[in-house]
Amino acid sequence: MNRVFVNGLGAVSPAGWGVGAFWEALIRGEPLPAQDVVRPGWTWPLSIRRVPAPVQRPNFAGHARLRRASAISQFALGAGIEALGSAPRSAEFRLGVVFCVMAGSVVYSRRFFEEVLRDPATASPVLFPETVYNAPASHLSAFLGSTAWNYTLVGDAGVFLQGVGLAAEWLGRGELDGCLVVGAEEADWLPADAFRRFDRRLPLAEGAGAVFVSGQSQGAMAELTGIASPRIFFNRRTRIAAARAVWSELTVGPGAWICSGWAGDSQHDAAEGVISGGAARLATKRVLGEGLGASGAWQCLGACAAVARRRAETAAVLTIGLNEQVVGATFRAVDSSP
Amino acid sequence: VFVWQPRGRRLICLGAVSSVAERTMLFPPTQRLREPSRVVVTGAGVITALGAGWAVNAEGFRTGRIGIGPVTLFDVSRQRVKVAGQVAIPELPDTRLTTAERRRMDRAGRLLLAAGIEAWTGSGWYPTDDVPLVLGTTSGGMGLGEAYFRQAMERPFSGRSQPTRISQYMPQSQALDLARALGFRGPVTLIANACASGANAVGHAFELVRSGRAERALAGGYDALSQLVFAGFDSLQALSPTTCRPFDAGRDGLALGEGAAVVALETLESAVRRGAPILGEIVGYGAATDVHHLTQPHPQGEAAVRTMSAACRQAGLGPEVIGYVNAHGTGTSLNDASEAAAIMRWAGARAAGLPVSSTKAGIGHLLGAAGAVEVVVCLMALGGGWLPPQRDLGAADAACGFPLVREPVASDMEFALTNSFGFGGANASLVLRRWR
Repeated sequence: MNRVFVNGLGAVSPAGWGVGAFWEALIRGEPLPAQDVVRPGWTWPLSIRRVPAPVQRPNFAGHARLRRASAISQFALGAGIEALGSAPRSAEFRLGVVFCVMAGSVVYSRRFFEEVLRDPATASPVLFPETVYNAPASHLSAFLGSTAWNYTLVGDAGVFLQGVGLAAEWLGRGELDGCLVVGAEEADWLPADAFRRFDRRLPLAEGAGAVFVSGQSQGAMAELTGIASPRIFFNRRTRIAAARAVWSELTVGPGAWICSGWAGDSQHDAAEGVISGGAARLATKRVLGEGLGASGAWQCLGACAAVARRRAETAAVLTIGLNEQVVGATFRAVDSSP
Repeated sequence: VFVWQPRGRRLICLGAVSSVAERTMLFPPTQRLREPSRVVVTGAGVITALGAGWAVNAEGFRTGRIGIGPVTLFDVSRQRVKVAGQVAIPELPDTRLTTAERRRMDRAGRLLLAAGIEAWTGSGWYPTDDVPLVLGTTSGGMGLGEAYFRQAMERPFSGRSQPTRISQYMPQSQALDLARALGFRGPVTLIANACASGANAVGHAFELVRSGRAERALAGGYDALSQLVFAGFDSLQALSPTTCRPFDAGRDGLALGEGAAVVALETLESAVRRGAPILGEIVGYGAATDVHHLTQPHPQGEAAVRTMSAACRQAGLGPEVIGYVNAHGTGTSLNDASEAAAIMRWAGARAAGLPVSSTKAGIGHLLGAAGAVEVVVCLMALGGGWLPPQRDLGAADAACGFPLVREPVASDMEFALTNSFGFGGANASLVLRRWR
């Protein structure tokens, strides 16, 4: 298999549950409201762009695995199941899962460690398993009944496109019939306090984004046309150089829509200056906030949604991570392929 | 490119500019081989509770030495269990990291660096910008995360050292520190598939090289002991209050450990061209997901059977030629019963003569490092012609219809298989071949 198609998209974001709400917020381009959260012993509030409660209780909420699951698992399930849509879920269909994350299950980790510091002898065994990086990925496979390949990748926002690349590799090797790639994060005062030390203007955000990819062109939303090899960086100077190198490797036509991580008011925007050309630019961080591992997913969703909704024939993503790597990708509308 | 590094006042090499333009796309891959490459190991580094480096570990694993002892890194007075495979980390040799950068590294990063330097030096590689780095970990620099939280709670208005803790606790920091220390660049992939992470990392790097996506790759796993993880396993009552005895009928839990292992993988063609010493060959990798339960394996080891079968299928081998299985063998009741059942089903008639042992008895469960360390143990055993014993084993569990290695013994095996089964159902197996 040489071609990879995006057959489904899913989003859980501060704009709400579903790709529709995500896309409307992105096109509107206005920053979503942030909520204040209280940090113990701290006078000033911290801001987070939270995921609003779903209008309807998600159908996965009653699953035995998910009764005690953390918010990050629920976001991942919400986005993943939406992306999967009506794709086959039979035992014969080899469905892989790649879960991408930067901070992971910070809420349960904080709660568990608080208990440990209070008295390790009474720390809850219920909380600990949910703190593990791959717990959401495990829940996803269990809910979907998939015993095929399942990886959890850790890194900055660039990890999501790495995950899409891994899915494409597995499909190319014939290991899978389809693969769900999900990026997710959850937030509370602890990561908000940590992120504040690096960027005081951009609020932290929580949520998830997912794409379902396979070799099936029928009914596909977009075709993956390229992912540049990730380039690592060590400081601001090499970050810009990495962004420039990755951007130069992508084939981006003048009519392409570009989905960048530009925030509009962040010290991290400098590297975004390497982006040139394109017909329009979508700025996920400006609207949604800094979603860490979810940010890369939202960028990818923005590009795929743009071509799926015929706003552009081609779209490009440049994900400039906070502290590790730059990755870029290009997509095109399905019926424009030769 | 040679650049002046002001703080360290050293001239360092960051790799060749000419190769920047030669990077292949992640997708579509521009290099596809008609025939998969053979993948050999030309460098290996390891650090465990048995010591730092290949030689001391090889001797320890060969004789079945036990490295489990009292935990001194954090307060365990209120824990049910108070022992683990804690490492005495030696002074690390000079690298391209400055003194300040070395000082900022956490325990996990230093373990990784120790193993990485040994693997890199042994491989004889030179720094370029096209070496993929694939690492497995479960908790990265968790110790720094714990320190951040403690200070945030106890002294909310003090920001001292907090930004460093945030940036250094993330797994990508340890990976980038290793790349910077050794002077190479390339895509970094961090796999966090719980206790299978290290095996998945070696397996993923094996696939990169085998498929022609890379001519060489550095891979491994690392994890340091941390209070959160130790208390977590203790809260689950998964830690042994006596002695960790995998596959023993009276086993009562696992011992945690810490450490790292890194292997340098490259195509056989490249290794031969360089005249590099070859430590062994990786010939098969399989992975599958057990969806039975978040923390409990399927009683009959369904996914484990599939990973062992898949790894052997890729290697073009059957169980009858496997000379040794390095089991996941944690020492918990459920894991060992499930794995024993899986080995019996996978091996069939061969099981009765198939030697099996778990090296976690000696060094504890190294979580994200375990799979990579056990790959190195298999390389040592294949190269040295011996099987790693479990010295403190009593009566074997009735489910074990295979011989457990109890004493140091010589072996002329050609193939070894290693299992890694993780929390959340991540299962992986690798098959290694002796290099003649």
